[in-house]
Amino acid sequence: MTALLEAYDLVKHFPVRDAIGRKRGAVHAVDGVSLSVAAGETLAIVGESGCGKSTLGRLLLGLIPPDEGQVRFGGEELTQLSPAALRARRRDMQMIFQDPYASLDPRQTVQDAVAEPLRLHRIVPRAGEIARVASLLTRVGLSPEHARRWPHEFSGGQRQRVAIARALASGPRLILGDEPVSALDVSVQAQVIELLRGLISEMGLAFILISHDLGVVRQIADRVAVMYLGRIVEEGPSEALLAAPRHPYTRALRAAVPGGGRRAAPVSGDVPSPINPPSGCRFHTRCPHVEDICRSVVPPLADGVACHLADRLPPFAAVVDRQPNARLVRLQSRFRPQGDAA
Amino acid sequence: MTPALAVTGLTVSFATDRGVFRAVDGLSFSVAPGETLAIVGESGCGKSVSSLAIMGLLEGNARVGGDLRLAGQDLLAMTPEARRKLRGADMAMIFQEPMTSLNPAFCAGNQIAEVLALHRGLSRHAAYEEAIRALDQVRIPDARRRAAQYPHQLSGGMRQRVMIAMALACRPKLLIADEPTTALDVTVQAQILELLDELKRETGTAIVLITHDLGVVADHAEQVVVMYAGRAVETAPGEAIFTHPEHPYTIGLLGAAPRLDGPRGRLASIEGTVPDPMHRPPGCGFAPRCPFAVAECTVTDPALTMLAPGHAAACLLAPLEAA
Repeated sequence: MTALLEAYDLVKHFPVRDAIGRKRGAVHAVDGVSLSVAAGETLAIVGESGCGKSTLGRLLLGLIPPDEGQVRFGGEELTQLSPAALRARRRDMQMIFQDPYASLDPRQTVQDAVAEPLRLHRIVPRAGEIARVASLLTRVGLSPEHARRWPHEFSGGQRQRVAIARALASGPRLILGDEPVSALDVSVQAQVIELLRGLISEMGLAFILISHDLGVVRQIADRVAVMYLGRIVEEGPSEALLAAPRHPYTRALRAAVPGGGRRAAPVSGDVPSPINPPSGCRFHTRCPHVEDICRSVVPPLADGVACHLADRLPPFAAVVDRQPNARLVRLQSRFRPQGDAA
Repeated sequence: MTPALAVTGLTVSFATDRGVFRAVDGLSFSVAPGETLAIVGESGCGKSVSSLAIMGLLEGNARVGGDLRLAGQDLLAMTPEARRKLRGADMAMIFQEPMTSLNPAFCAGNQIAEVLALHRGLSRHAAYEEAIRALDQVRIPDARRRAAQYPHQLSGGMRQRVMIAMALACRPKLLIADEPTTALDVTVQAQILELLDELKRETGTAIVLITHDLGVVADHAEQVVVMYAGRAVETAPGEAIFTHPEHPYTIGLLGAAPRLDGPRGRLASIEGTVPDPMHRPPGCGFAPRCPFAVAECTVTDPALTMLAPGHAAACLLAPLEAA
């Protein structure tokens, strides 16, 4: 597979200033990240708050310039494009945000919201707009009559469907979803996950999912990159990575997900501040396996994991969650659309 | 033993321009000292309104009915003044976002000390010393230094620990925790839930845990109440809600949550939306979305029926299938 989007050694620091404007340090939001996504592939970027995953997303779409490094989309270097050329490129790269209440304009009808990208990129003549919006709305599980309504008339799940229709309008090749289902109730979340999964595979889209929720990630993503304080600490195929995580941080993340009975909290303390992050391996302040080398030397991402001790760590003690029993599986199958195999 | 909290037939309705809206309809449960009861449900199911009604924190347009007893004391028969004295002393509450519950202008220690001075009549100095002990109890390292810090200097997990320290400072009989870990990262969530488990064993405080996360419930609650559209649709021991759920809504919810192991299949989909609370359909409120529903479900309103010790469901078809 050839990569559609490639990023090399991205660095983004935000200066921190005191009350009178003196520079007092920098937030190391993204610190040397390389990754790639192919057409038809879903890559998840996972991490806790402040790990830099949203900043990385913005860098990948060229919404903010990196301090160092490059982003290539379809072989073209985004950082070299003129502002006008970059805007034209946006047609190919769209974004879905966490909160559809905030990302939709309350004074725009659904018709106008979904038609806006069509106009902006002159995709269909004005006369064809209504039909195009109707087909987009149908595609995301809404009905063409919804076009005349206003965002406030919709539930959270329906609003997110409108946001997805709007993202699809320009016929993008890549979509980035920044926590696209995190604000939704679990039953609605399941519907939107299934919708996204279907659209991605039918349309052959490249999809970048930014999420803190490993369950959602497993449901949608082919590959996962785990971030901690601005760096990727582990990367690999999602199924293998979640079943047998190698980096101590990924292991902690996996073990912390509730669902398998009372377990001791896997790590202590909070994520340190990204202003003046820890030296060496940034996880060393919380890592149960820490050794001297971890405090001073930055571990490179090699063979999918950035840990000095990767070869020597004990095997991951598999986390066993409650399994649904046969009766529950049978009963739950009634909640799937008829004739839908698993 | 007298339960720490006994709720019987709780109803909460609000007078609105469109008419009377019943947010909670006949909710009953009880929690023993040192036990956790979880109330689970999606947005708008009435779980937060129930907890505010128990605390006596609802606005004037709310009408609260039923019977609420805190260690045997009839809460609804009390004067507002008497209930105010209970809050912070015998019953306390923590919320989702600790930053909005803490006063940014006071250091952590003084905020806890204020509670102690008010309810236990301690002197300023004694209250502050006791506040440091309270921070120590919630496993905040270097408690004396932390006590002097302001909320903005603390991380999210640390702030929630301060809230817990404040809530438990007067050794309440009941702690209501409304989505206490929803705003926290998953590694910090694990720490806070573990802390609450330890504290309830140490202090005997009963906990009512309001959450939308069924994984949290099964790991940390002795009893569960699943709410849908203002009613309890299933009540069960914590473990049983996973191993043997009886209400179709519970079954659908469990199937809709993405899992981290097992086959990566399609998620269960609960079609449709919650009924409009102003126009509740006759019969079972879940019937329009229920794949098991039969004709009678749209006519007869099911009552919560005991199926096994401690396990009840409000479904005409329960038990759904003999296991």
